[in-house]
Amino acid sequence: MMTASTIDVLYFAWLRERAGLARERVETGAPTVAALIEELRGRSEGHALALSDLRAVRVAVDQRLAPLDAPLAGAREVAFFPPMTGG
Amino acid sequence: MGPEAFEPGAELAAFLAGDAGAVVSFTGVVRGGGGLDALEIEHYPGMTEAAIAAMVAEARARFALTAARVIHRHGVLAPGEPIMMVLAAAPHRRAAFEAAEFLMDWLKSRAPFWKRERRGAEATWVEARDDDEAALGRWADVDGAPAP
Repeated sequence: MMTASTIDVLYFAWLRERAGLARERVETGAPTVAALIEELRGRSEGHALALSDLRAVRVAVDQRLAPLDAPLAGAREVAFFPPMTGG
Repeated sequence: MGPEAFEPGAELAAFLAGDAGAVVSFTGVVRGGGGLDALEIEHYPGMTEAAIAAMVAEARARFALTAARVIHRHGVLAPGEPIMMVLAAAPHRRAAFEAAEFLMDWLKSRAPFWKRERRGAEATWVEARDDDEAALGRWADVDGAPAP
C-alpha cells in the first residue's frame, strides 16, 4: 500500500520556463518517478509540455541523479531538468 | 562555486605553492563572436555543491592526487570571462592530466549547470553534446551517473 507523501518538485532551465514555475509542493502517492510525471502532466498545459519528451529530461531524487523507474518511497525532493551543460 | 569572478592566475599560483611534482589546470572561458552578449549559467543549489565535492573526492582517490580543486561560476558572464577552472596536483604528470580530464568530462554532463546564450533580445539554451556524454564512457563506474 502506498500512502500519500509531500514532495517538493523543482524545475530547471527550459523545463522551468515551460512548466511556468521553478518549484511546487505536491501531495502524491506515486510509487515511482514515472508515475509522478504522469500526475504532473495533468496539472497544466505547461507541465504537459515540459514533460512531453522524456528523452530530453533528466531526473534527480533528493539531489542525486536517478532513472525514470526510481522509487519515490521516502523521497522529499524531485527535480526535472534538461541534459546538463556545465564546464 | 559562486557568481563571483575569479583570477585563474592566482588560483594556479596557490596550487604551485604546494610540493606536488605536477600541476595541471584547465580554464574554460566564455567564447566571444557570433554576436554573443552574455552567457547565463543556471544551477541547482545544493546538488551542485554536493555533486562537485563527491567528484573531487573521487578524482583524488582514483588518481592518487595530492590536491584537486574545481571552481565554477553561475549567473551572468560576459565574453572573455573565465567560467570555470579545474586544478589537479600529483607526484607525476600522467595522473594530473588524467584527473583534470576526468573532472572536466564529468562536469560537462553530470554537474547540474545549464547554459543560455544571450544575443540582443534573444536567449537560447545551449544543447548538450552527444560527444560530451560519450566522453564519460572512458571512466567506468562514475558514481551517480546512470545511463540517460
